Amino acid sequence: MNQLFLFPPAASLEAKGVDQLYFVMLGLSFAILALVFGLIVVFAWRYRAGSGARRSKLPGFYAHEMEIGWTLATLLVFLGIYGWSVEARQVHWAPPHGALNVRVVAKQWMWKFEHPSGAREIDALHLPLGVPVRLDMTSQDVIHSFYVPAFREKQDVLPDRIVTLWFTPSRLGQYAIRCAEYCGTNHSLMGGEVYVVTPAEYARWADRNADRSLPAAGARSFAALGCAGCHEARADLAPRLADLYGSKVALEGNRSVLADDAYLERSILDPRADIVKGYLPIMPSYRGVATPEEVSALVAYLKTMKSGRTP
Amino acid sequence: MTDATFDAVPERSSSAPSYLEDGHTVASWLFTTDHKRIAILYAAGITFFFFIGGAAATLMRLELVTPYANFLSPDEYNRLFTLHGVIMVWFFLIPSIPAVMGNFLLPLMIGARDVAFPRLNLVSWYVYIFGGIVTLYSLVAGGVDTGWTFYTPFSTMFSNSHVLAAAAGIFIAGFSTIATGVNFITTVHTERTEGMTWFRLPLFVWAMYATSIVMVLATPVLAASLLMIVCERLFHLPIFNPDTGGDPLLFQHLFWFYSHPAVYIMILPAMGVVSEIIACFARRQIFGYRFMVYAMIAIAGIGFFVWGHHMFVAGSSNYANLVFSLLSFIVAVPSAIKVFNWTASLYRGRITFEAPMLYALGFVGLFTVGGLTGLFLAMIPIDVHVTDTYFVIAHFHYIMVGGSVSAFFGGLHYWWPKVTGRLYHEGFARFAAILMFFGFNFTFFPQFIMGYAGMPRRYEVYPPVFQIYHVMSSAGASVLAVAYLMPLFYLGWSLLHGERSPPNPWRATGLEWQTSSPPPKQNFLVPPRVAHGPYRYHAEQDPSDLAEIDSGR
Repeated sequence: MNQLFLFPPAASLEAKGVDQLYFVMLGLSFAILALVFGLIVVFAWRYRAGSGARRSKLPGFYAHEMEIGWTLATLLVFLGIYGWSVEARQVHWAPPHGALNVRVVAKQWMWKFEHPSGAREIDALHLPLGVPVRLDMTSQDVIHSFYVPAFREKQDVLPDRIVTLWFTPSRLGQYAIRCAEYCGTNHSLMGGEVYVVTPAEYARWADRNADRSLPAAGARSFAALGCAGCHEARADLAPRLADLYGSKVALEGNRSVLADDAYLERSILDPRADIVKGYLPIMPSYRGVATPEEVSALVAYLKTMKSGRTP
Repeated sequence: MTDATFDAVPERSSSAPSYLEDGHTVASWLFTTDHKRIAILYAAGITFFFFIGGAAATLMRLELVTPYANFLSPDEYNRLFTLHGVIMVWFFLIPSIPAVMGNFLLPLMIGARDVAFPRLNLVSWYVYIFGGIVTLYSLVAGGVDTGWTFYTPFSTMFSNSHVLAAAAGIFIAGFSTIATGVNFITTVHTERTEGMTWFRLPLFVWAMYATSIVMVLATPVLAASLLMIVCERLFHLPIFNPDTGGDPLLFQHLFWFYSHPAVYIMILPAMGVVSEIIACFARRQIFGYRFMVYAMIAIAGIGFFVWGHHMFVAGSSNYANLVFSLLSFIVAVPSAIKVFNWTASLYRGRITFEAPMLYALGFVGLFTVGGLTGLFLAMIPIDVHVTDTYFVIAHFHYIMVGGSVSAFFGGLHYWWPKVTGRLYHEGFARFAAILMFFGFNFTFFPQFIMGYAGMPRRYEVYPPVFQIYHVMSSAGASVLAVAYLMPLFYLGWSLLHGERSPPNPWRATGLEWQTSSPPPKQNFLVPPRVAHGPYRYHAEQDPSDLAEIDSGR
């Protein structure tokens, strides 16, 4: 390394704003330091014991008023900086619509990524340039922290919930991923690389590595058809589907049924045939909406759905 | 009656032996209830722990000279930074100025015979030592690898190290802190001598008072959170474990609710020490005495409401982050005011630059850097990038080492003649002070740069681009180590062979100097009566100022 590594590359839209704040704060800090150090040096020299400087009584204003003045001035400057930092973060308030949604699972000591195409990778993350990315992250063990210095983004990854981080890569290249929350023995080795590529390259990569298995296709249909809107988000409207396959389901009319392949398929195509106890008959039929291939993929996916922390 | 000005110091009275001459047996020390002797016991304890914590830091800095694992395994490295943090925070920094200097000086400064509860004071020391022994046991038995922050669920479900013993040791030591806090609060309320009104208290006493309030209110929360860790680890009570419905973030809230105020337990006493030193060596009253008092009270109070800034990326809500960011800016205002006031106190002074003053001026500079970088961390966008990097490490070392430890050494030199009755070698002392200042900056300034460049903390193995900064930092650390070892020798020599000190070698006006050095067991042969403020330095310059000083402005 011949050159001092002072700043990581700024490879996301967010990074530029952070750097701007940082440089302004550096300027302000050096100004304040120069003022304080300058006064200390000047006073130390001028009022050293034995110097001939005048030391008579202080002028009247040099006390209370001054004290109040610099208290208010400091407060105003601080509030100004605060306001600016809040404004700078405002754009980051909620993930943009249509963001590329990548699922992230952290565990001691690796990062696992799953793309919408089903493509999976470990300790490597391919992302398209200029497309907002939304990471839905969880941990299988302790708390980790997903950190890409080049993006100026960091988010702790918790074992009990899905946390979301979003940003827009703005520069092609390869950037380090690090774990920033201490997570045990090999914390310092937990990392990887982000590869920011052109959208076309990303599409080719995602397709080449797509998961073409039936359950994976079903998972995509599950998302595309909006099933999760009720079955995952609204437990009051629709029953949860995890661990459903092979269980005994209580139905309205004091019946019950074994959740086998036929039941799953019937519930998609003719949902009013069996109404789960406690729910209203509001689910529309997907006959003609989902192709027969999609239905069998959905059934295959439902059979793999297990409760647990893995998304 | 003793008139409390520096020109009225009584000569050493042969009829009153000093507290050091009052018994020479081991038992006379171990069973003493004299606040001055207890302060010495604490001094021995924190010195021991300081060098243990320092040794851990030295090993880490050696390991970090290269980007690869050299002589430490990852687990050994993780145990070392945990050891360094636990020992330095709870067994050195928190007791350092309060339990040593506070114990020695608080009663002297308010004209009291002792603290309000002398026996509780001795018990506090034993509890502290017992806590220290339990913690040391956890280290000897194999160490702890959680970091000093004990984050769950790592500490409760995943760590295979001696978390229980370490938590128990800190838990126990916490009672010592609480007892000291209660003792000091009561002492300030009930033991002030005649005429020692609240606004005639030295700023060091105000600092101890504010610190004690934080100690008493915050430490129980630490105890509770450590107890929860023990309960979950030992009895599998579902508190933080998400598998059983617990919440790992709950721990972080509890921990930082204690640990942020704990930062003020470490820095407020330092502010008190520095105020005493600057007034004495600038021969000026402290500029804006009342504002200095209000600022300390404000820091102690608002300090309880900023803990969330440690958790901007932890998974907190955006709204909570905004509030904590705002409050963090507000708590910085009184600190800034104090820096301005110290600087203004030099104006029209008659400044000399003995070792204590060098430390105090170094404190002002380093504390300012630490405070300004604190503003960076209060800003959410910057914090997201630099939290859990070396930027944070540099920031809090500027506050705790550049600030608190500099002030500790400043106070140590300032009150050394008071405590021991001897003088030290001024040349060595100044040299050590300057060496410490440069060694410190050399060690920690590069860490700001590598932090912003993206070097995470708690990494044994790191990307080679950061090596140059780590080499600088380690080189600085070796300078710093020499500077920290120097006082051990010249102060040790002073203790045995140093020239006898006059009662008030600095011609200071604080009440603690209005008795012999070292003081007699009962502190003052005649209870002093106080008629004016603590910083009556203008007298030698312009007597017409005195009326203003005595009015407590």
